[in-house]
Amino acid sequence: MTPKEKMAIPPQAMPEQDAAVRARNMNEVALGYTAEMAKTEASRCLQCPTKPCMQGCPVAINIPGFLAKAAEGDFASALDVIKETSLLPAVCGRVCPQEKQCQKFCTMGKLLKDVDKAVAIGRVERFCADLARETGAEKPVACAPKTGKKVAIIGSGPASITCAADCAKAGHDVTVFEAFHRCGGVLVYGIPEFRLPKAIVRHEIEAIKQLGVKIENNFVIGRTRKLRDLIDKDGFDAVFVGTGAGLPKFMGIEGENLNGVFSANEYLTRANLMKAYLEGSADTPFWHGKRVAVLGGGNVAMDASRMALRLGAEKVYLVYRRSEAEMPARKEEVHHAKEEGVEFHMLENAKRVISDGKGAVAGLECLKYELGEPDASGRRSPVAVEGSEFVLDVDTVVVAVGNASNPLIPTTTEGLEINKRGNIVVDPETNMTSIPGVFAGGDIVLGAATVILAMGEGRKAAAGISAYLSK
Amino acid sequence: MNRIISKSRLSDNVYKMQLEAPLVAQERKAGQFVILMVDDELGERIPLTIADADAEKGTITVIFQTVGATTTKLSRLEPGDSIAALLGPLGRPTSIRGENGEKPGHVVCVGGGIGVAPMHPIAQALKAAGNKVTIIMGARNEGLFVMKDEMAAIAGENLILMTDDGSSGRKGLVTEPLKELCEAGAVDEVIAIGPPIMMKFCALATKPYGVKTTVSLNTIMIDGTGMCGGCRVSVGGKTKFVCVDGPEFDGHEVDWDQMLSRMGAFKPQEQAAKEHVCKAGIFK
Ligand SMILES: Cc1cc2nc3c(=O)[nH]c(=O)nc-3n(C[C@H](O)[C@H](O)[C@H](O)COP(=O)(O)OP(=O)(O)OC[C@H]3O[C@@H](n4cnc5c(N)ncnc54)[C@H](O)[C@@H]3O)c2cc1C
Ligand SMILES: Cc1cc2nc3c(=O)[nH]c(=O)nc-3n(C[C@H](O)[C@H](O)[C@H](O)COP(=O)(O)OP(=O)(O)OC[C@H]3O[C@@H](n4cnc5c(N)ncnc54)[C@H](O)[C@@H]3O)c2cc1C
Ligand code: SF4
Ligand code: SF4
Ligand code: FES
Repeated sequence: MTPKEKMAIPPQAMPEQDAAVRARNMNEVALGYTAEMAKTEASRCLQCPTKPCMQGCPVAINIPGFLAKAAEGDFASALDVIKETSLLPAVCGRVCPQEKQCQKFCTMGKLLKDVDKAVAIGRVERFCADLARETGAEKPVACAPKTGKKVAIIGSGPASITCAADCAKAGHDVTVFEAFHRCGGVLVYGIPEFRLPKAIVRHEIEAIKQLGVKIENNFVIGRTRKLRDLIDKDGFDAVFVGTGAGLPKFMGIEGENLNGVFSANEYLTRANLMKAYLEGSADTPFWHGKRVAVLGGGNVAMDASRMALRLGAEKVYLVYRRSEAEMPARKEEVHHAKEEGVEFHMLENAKRVISDGKGAVAGLECLKYELGEPDASGRRSPVAVEGSEFVLDVDTVVVAVGNASNPLIPTTTEGLEINKRGNIVVDPETNMTSIPGVFAGGDIVLGAATVILAMGEGRKAAAGISAYLSK
Repeated sequence: MNRIISKSRLSDNVYKMQLEAPLVAQERKAGQFVILMVDDELGERIPLTIADADAEKGTITVIFQTVGATTTKLSRLEPGDSIAALLGPLGRPTSIRGENGEKPGHVVCVGGGIGVAPMHPIAQALKAAGNKVTIIMGARNEGLFVMKDEMAAIAGENLILMTDDGSSGRKGLVTEPLKELCEAGAVDEVIAIGPPIMMKFCALATKPYGVKTTVSLNTIMIDGTGMCGGCRVSVGGKTKFVCVDGPEFDGHEVDWDQMLSRMGAFKPQEQAAKEHVCKAGIFK
């Protein structure tokens, strides 16, 4: 096919549940390509010799390589190419902000002058991974001969899963310690079922178990055992800290401790991990908000507002103090949220939560904002418009303005260097911390970031660990 | 894992269980708690204080009152059964006078109802650190006292029993002897653990005397590691997370009305869950 012919192939739309229906159920929104669609979409790739898309992928998947196989309908070989560098394609294909990563650089998107018309790399990636999982066609992974070295992995989010898998493949004896009763980190407690089915996460966890990785749930490092004890008493030769950014930020405004105000972490954990949406069978209750305001503009805010609809809210307002162009959320989620009926309130911000006099939320006082002059970074920062107060009639407020890093490990581990934001400081080459033999990666190092970046960090740390252990 | 070693019933709706949890038993200090789940698919995570522990045997003791769905399900388990999930020890240990730089002195421990259980390891540690320990225990009636003998063993003649109906000890509220002791001027510190309303009034009682009063808050929790913020309360005008900043706080600084209101946030649904357990025939 000539480039011209390729350009004429229409981008394959993702089949989706109807917006009105899906806004009231927990099932996955994006249904996934058929084999035919995946083949057609892959065949749009121009096989650019300079592979510009690869520089947008944090783990540098050989994108034209796997797309060429997929275009032939050889999805198994396509997956082999993906797996050379990525461990969680079924997850990343679903949750990567592709329009800011691989697809941003895609020549096809540039030619058609629309990033949304770039080759849908993530969707084809997802298809290859789903197909192999659903048909049981995944190939067993070989591990190197045993090294006799013990590695402890703290946390079980994407950074930890990747680090654990790589360490096991390198022949180390790996144990994962996870505070929660389920593994997966944000993938199980934060990102909702309708965006990332939990069966996929469970499958990935099973896969690392099959590599011989041991898993200790309900085990919180710093409390059940100190990090240093893992090395000094329990015989671990190296430790990886992948504890994420689990410390919710609040706005610090009046009325924030009223009943009906939640951090997005609490709101989503109740619904996802604790399955509160299965009312009548799950013991953990959720708050029956009828009119919900969600504060923030990232993926977390999109997830919380769409979850609110599914938990029965009649009205959901998304309140963000910048404009839509600045929203850090994935484009597709913004689009889905709008389709489902979330009302966007841009250039507005919460000033005070109003009490009903009995300890619960009776409304949210907001201020209007406008974009000021660009600051040093070139970003136009929002400024409040004086006297623009108005009240949103809500009974529930979900605060999704970001997560800081959880201080539990740094405060219980002497000599672990952190920066002023509380993130663990690591050597950029090896991901080793200030304590020899202790490595870290993912959100605890980067601040709240993305799944694929966390995964990349886990991989880099695993290489660092193997190098350290072979010394 | 987490096997129930023994179980006994201390009063109508209060149970004591010894659980196998070797690492928790080794690490725990007075004032810390665990979070457990009876069912790790659909169950709830609930916090319970570690009332006692035996590091050698690798066991911890919890004492709990059946108030809702999860505590009721827990009370139905028998020795040999396992707890689906158990995490701990969580929270900051109690700062024990005599160990924390302050000179030993006279410490009054006030335990209301089931709050006597979490008080036990604290009173033990206070005594071991060289303090004079007075214990005030309160209950609605004599049958509801738990761990009376254990507390008597620590406080000796300085054990004061209070009941609402006078069926044992003095008739009245725990705040009465507390005020008298403060009035007499010989109290260096007070620790109060019990229903929030009792802790609130203990803090009010000691405030005029300027006696340091520590309380142990029992807010609703989910993760217990500082991730969700569901356990937050205002203390001295600042938001604190009970699971990581507490559970113990200066009782004079706690915003009690907010705390009481937050504890009732899910009341209708908790009631429904309890009825569900009822209907399922789990309630005997
Ligand atoms: C609601 C939500 C939506 C998101 N959506 C997207 C998206 O669409 N796309 C995207 O790329 N990114 C998204 N992100 C961000 C992404 O999920 C994170 O960047 C990523 O999960 C970080 O991975 P991690 O391995 O560093 O940590 P986490 O996934 O946070 O996992 C950390 C794990 O460590 C455990 N832990 C913590 N402390 C201890 C301890 N002391 N002992 C034992 N265990 C401990 C925790 O329980 C947790 O399981 C989203 C985040 C949230 C919250
Ligand atoms: C740090 C800490 C230590 C605790 N230690 C003990 C202990 O040693 N022994 C013990 O019996 N209980 C203790 N509690 C309280 C215990 O966690 C609750 O009783 C339990 O969560 C109730 O669960 P449930 O499902 O049975 O009842 P639910 O159905 O959740 O609640 C039933 C009733 O109890 C009230 N309630 C809900 N949560 C709590 C709570 N956290 N505290 C008090 N009342 C609550 C509700 O308002 C409702 O009226 C502690 C709580 C905390 C935070
Ligand atoms: S991992 Fe993410 S960034 Fe990389 S190719 Fe896949 S979807 Fe694109
Ligand atoms: S930039 Fe786009 S068209 Fe070019 S190789 Fe990558 S995916 Fe294919
Ligand atoms: S219980 Fe979640 S932060 Fe305390």
